[in-house]
Formats: sequence, C-alpha cells, structure tokens
Amino acid sequence: MSNPIDLDPFARFRAVTRARIGLGRAGDSLPIRAVLDFQLAHARARDAVHGHVDFAAMAERIGATQPVIRLKSRAADRPTYLARPDLGRRVDPTAVAGVERGDWDVAFVIADGLSAAAVEAHAEIVLSACLRRLGDLKVAPIVLGEQARVAFGDEVGDALGARIVVVLIGERPGLSVPDSLGAYLTFAPKVGRRDSERNCLSNIHADGLMHELAADKIAWLIRQALRLGLTGVDLKEDMAGTAALPVAP
Amino acid sequence: MSSYAILLGRQRHVFDDLKTLMAAASPEKSGDRLAGIAADTNERRVAARYLLADIPLRTFLEEPLIPYEIDEVTRLILDGHDAAAFSPVAHMTVGQFRDWLLSYECTTDALSALAPGLTPEMVAAVSKIMRNHDLIVAAAKTSVVTGFRTTIGLKGRLSSRLQPNHPTDDPEGVAGSTLDGLTFGIGDAVIGINPAGDNLEACVRLMELFDRLRQRFDIPMQSCVLTHVTTSIKAVEAGAPLDLVFQSIAGTEAANRGFGVDLNVLREGREAALSLKRGTVGDNVMYLETGQGSALSADAHHGVDEQTIEARAYAVARHLKPLIVNTVVGFIGPEYLYDAKQIIRAGLEDHFCGKLLGVPMGVDVCYTNHAEADQDDMDNLMFLLASAGVNFLIAVPGADDVMLNYQSLSYHDIVSLRHSFGRPPAPEFEAWLQRMGLFDREGRLAPLASSDARRLIDYRASA
Repeated sequence: MSNPIDLDPFARFRAVTRARIGLGRAGDSLPIRAVLDFQLAHARARDAVHGHVDFAAMAERIGATQPVIRLKSRAADRPTYLARPDLGRRVDPTAVAGVERGDWDVAFVIADGLSAAAVEAHAEIVLSACLRRLGDLKVAPIVLGEQARVAFGDEVGDALGARIVVVLIGERPGLSVPDSLGAYLTFAPKVGRRDSERNCLSNIHADGLMHELAADKIAWLIRQALRLGLTGVDLKEDMAGTAALPVAP
Repeated sequence: MSSYAILLGRQRHVFDDLKTLMAAASPEKSGDRLAGIAADTNERRVAARYLLADIPLRTFLEEPLIPYEIDEVTRLILDGHDAAAFSPVAHMTVGQFRDWLLSYECTTDALSALAPGLTPEMVAAVSKIMRNHDLIVAAAKTSVVTGFRTTIGLKGRLSSRLQPNHPTDDPEGVAGSTLDGLTFGIGDAVIGINPAGDNLEACVRLMELFDRLRQRFDIPMQSCVLTHVTTSIKAVEAGAPLDLVFQSIAGTEAANRGFGVDLNVLREGREAALSLKRGTVGDNVMYLETGQGSALSADAHHGVDEQTIEARAYAVARHLKPLIVNTVVGFIGPEYLYDAKQIIRAGLEDHFCGKLLGVPMGVDVCYTNHAEADQDDMDNLMFLLASAGVNFLIAVPGADDVMLNYQSLSYHDIVSLRHSFGRPPAPEFEAWLQRMGLFDREGRLAPLASSDARRLIDYRASA
C-alpha cells in the first residue's frame, strides 16, 4: 500500500494556498477534472457579472422599514455598462422620482456593480447591521442603483444633500470568490470625486470579512469621517482592514 | 497640421489631422470608443486606412502626434531617432512599408538593422493596415535576444515567466506555486511575483526566498519582485539580492507620472540593478509591463488611440535595454478591450510593434471575468503568438491567479506549446532541467513520483 502523501506530493501546501497546484497531467495537458473545475468557477464568475439583482423585491423588503428610492444609471444594459464606465457613474436623469435634498448625515446606496450574486447575498444584511449601529444619525432614504458603479453614489449623495455616502457594491468576481461585496465611503459626495478621496472595505463574503465585523468597520469609518470632515488617503485605518484603495469598480 | 480627405463612391470622408486619422484607422477597440475617437462607421474606418496607406513614413518624424514641448516620451523618440538606420525605408509610404515587411527582401538581419530607425508611430501606423496574418508573419522574422542568467529570445526557443502570486505572500504558499512550475520547466524568462503589499521589508523577504531556492538547486534563473521602481532602488541600497528591477510603463509622460515614474527614475533603477553585477550571460536588468488603455485610464492620452500610445511605451522600454517586456493585454478590462476578438488583435499588435522596435516582447495571454472571453480564446491567442515567435509567455498554476483575480495561461499550456512547435526553453535552463532529471531528451516531463521531482517539491522555503 502506498503512502497517501505520495499520491499528492503537494499536500503540504494545500492548507496555505488556494492556487491550483499539483493538478496532475494528461500528457502535457490538464486532466479533465481540473478542466471542469476551472470551467465551473469561471461559469459562476460570469453568471455573477451578468446576473440581475432583483431590485423590485429588494425595494419591497427594505421598504417595510425604510424609505427606498430606485434609480438607474445612464448605462441602459450590461454590455453598455461594461464598455462605458462613464455612463455607469451617472444617474439616469429621466427617472429621479423621490430624490429630494434633505439634511442627512449619511446616505446608503446599494449598487449592482460587477457581481449580482454579491449584492443578493450580502448587501441587505450589511445594510441592516449598519443601520442598527447608527440609530443616532440621520439616514437618508436607501437608494438602489441599477447598472451602477461606485461613483454613481457621488451624484446621488450630492442630490440628497448627504454629508457622506456609503456605496455597497458587487466587486469584480474572481474564480475563487464570485460573490464579494465592497463598501466605499465618500465624504461630501459630488460628481468628480477621485478614488483617492474614498475609503474602501473589500472582500465582504462568507470566507472573507463577515457581515457584523464589516458593519463595525463601516460604522466606525462613518463616525470618523463625520468627525474629521474627510474620507480618503488622509483617513487612517485605525481599525485593521479599512485601507483607502486606489481602484474602484 | 494638414487634414486628410478621400472620396469613396459618393461619400467624402474628412479627418482633421494625423492623430484623428490614426484613431479612425484602428481596429475596433472599446477604449477608443470610450475616448470618443473611434471611427463611427465601418466604411469610415476603411477610408482612414486608404489614406494612412499613402502617408510617407517620414511624416511621423515631422508631425509628432503629441507635441515635443510637452512630452518627454516624444522627445525621447525624436531625439533618439537613428536616421542612418531609417534610410532603407525612408522613401516608403505606410502601405509600401507593409508590403516590404512581407517581402522576401525583408529578412531577420534587415529588421534588426532597421529597428533603431523606426518610431512607435510608424510601426503603429503600419500595424493598423495589417491583418492578423500579416502581424504574425512579419513578427516571426524578427529576433530580439537578451540575457541575464539565461538567454531569452533565441530562434526556436519559447521562454516563460513563472508567476507564483499569493494573496498574503505566504512563503510556503509562494513556494508551492513556484516548485510546481519548476517541475513543468516554467520560469526561464523570470520567476516574477506581484507582491501583495508594496513595503520594502516584505519585498526583500521574497527576493531572499527566491535567491535561496536558486542557490540551493543551482538554477540558471532570474527572479523579480514586481514592486515600484523606487522600492527596488531602496532594496538595492539595503543589500537585497535583487536580479531585475520592475516597472509598469506607458507611452506618455503624463501616464508615466500616473505610475509615479519618469525617464530619470527609470534610468536610476536600471543603474541600481547594474551596479550589483549579478548577471552571468548578459546585463539586461529591467522587466517592464505595458498594456493598451493604461494612458486613457489615467486621462493622459492626448486624444491619441490606445494602440499608438501602447507602441510609444516600447520606445521607453527599448531605451532601458530590458531583459523582458510584456503587455498585460486582457488585464486592463473590457472598457479598453471588450472581448476576445479585441484582446487577440491587441496581443498580436503589441507583440509585432514591440519586436519591430527591437523590444524583447512577451505577452500575458489573459482576461478578466467581466470581459467577453474564456480559456478557449486564450488557447487561440497563445498558439498565434507561438507562431509569431513570441519571446515568452506568462503562466500561473491552473491558469488562475488567486491574488490578482484574473486568468492567464497554465503551466501545462507552456509545455504543450513547446512540444507543438518544437521550441524548448532557454538553453541554460533546458540544460538544468535535464541535469535535474525533470526533462528527458525529448523535453518530456518526469513523473512527479520520480526521485528527481520529489527532491525539488520537498524543498522547504522557510528552512
């Protein structure tokens, strides 16, 4: 009987890396199992990018406890959204019902971004966890943004008169995680804000940053931003894992 | 600035200036649409190509697309132009140059002698009127050979970068991907890692990890930690075992500023690596990456199309005498290259333009999950590039980069290409693989259960 270690010479690495190592070979090529595993992961990532968030159902659920506004970006469909990031950053001006200037500390925007799966799985849970921590603040109606990118929140937050906008958005899926949510915080939102003026929490998913911890960090960042009057590279990450990132989806 | 016009049937097509004409003549790219400079009809694109074909090559010396006064890359291109090398083609139009590139008279030696006489704008222009076939056939005639501890770019060879990226730079995790790749004969161009963080200590730890491995098995290889050039300079000052200095570069001064570099700091980086004298078969000490769309994403494109800007990055590259350069062709995203058709076209353009300018060109055959592409498309591009004589290709375990979240080629793909085309790795590396018992005389792989393979796989990175 052979030593099980010999069946997988790479066994000792598997606990420390998700890289697809020691896959075996069929001649020079990948064995069929590895080919299909890869195709499954890619299929899930593609489905996440091209999936639709059921914003109507989400509006009903959130609307039971909070005022909700549904908006669209200027990107009419997914192909346009992918090819024209400039359109996904702006609000469709023909459908802005309910957007009125108010006196809000914070506005939350749920945007589909690049992963419908992430938004469906995590956005509402993170939102309600945040709201529980921010009971003393004036929170604007919750905005649901279709075909929307991070900077979509700049125009929305400005129109609502919010001091800070938090965009919960689906991140670009990798093969290992198709449903990762990101949270982007921007103080004094307005069109033209740079990515360096935001703070970002990424990797909110089952194997990454958990919902309650993510909400702790978001709430902490909101209070810091309101106190200091800024977000971005100058808002230091005193809580681990809240770095300002240079690239937004 | 003169305008250009042509009558096709009853439709007259007018282009305001040379850069407008160049952009309109470009094969369809989402990035040029995003910039608002793409041809708005298919007919207009071909009209621009008729006009471009009749423009004398020397026009590009007389009419810079980006002004000399405001851009140091333009100054580098024009001040460094070798008129004597240019003279054999100085009388040609762009169209005549295309026909000459495909002619029997255009040999490997002729192209090597011509390279310093060509500018990025000339090669970008001619590429726009060339089909994929032409780009492959002409590029296959070029030869750009460089060296450090291995010799890269020799005719009949295919080298590879081993890319053992890990989301936290865990040394054992990095070692697992590296050792797996070595059993496939990957890594003769470089073992190059994108570090998870940019801090000096972490980068130096990775350099030391690869240097210990190299010395333990006496591997003729070079490693590179793909950190910012200024971090590499600090690593050299700190006495780290640095082989190659890396930097992402682009084709305009403003876009390079977006990367936090200029020509001076790039030259300083090269000098720092040269001072260590660590090369054995050559002294090419730079590794550079480029990609269509990077200037547009930094809003630093001056209204010039993304493929021409990319070719200008190769003028920056050749100035630095790099060991290897690659385009990260499908990495930058669908807003610049929308689908596999655009990615494949761009990969062939970049390889052709780089090689014609004398740059040791490789390609990261890759795509992101929001692009319209899959592994079948990468299969197509890798076989096309192997036909075109690409110097090296990038490979990651199972084609899945678990740190940068995109897909490239697998180790298996490189072995498969080498066998399909009869192109072994760099000679020094090939000899090592045979010494180690990892390759047999036909270049076939040893079974993982062989004692030779096990000796490598059982190496402890942290020991």
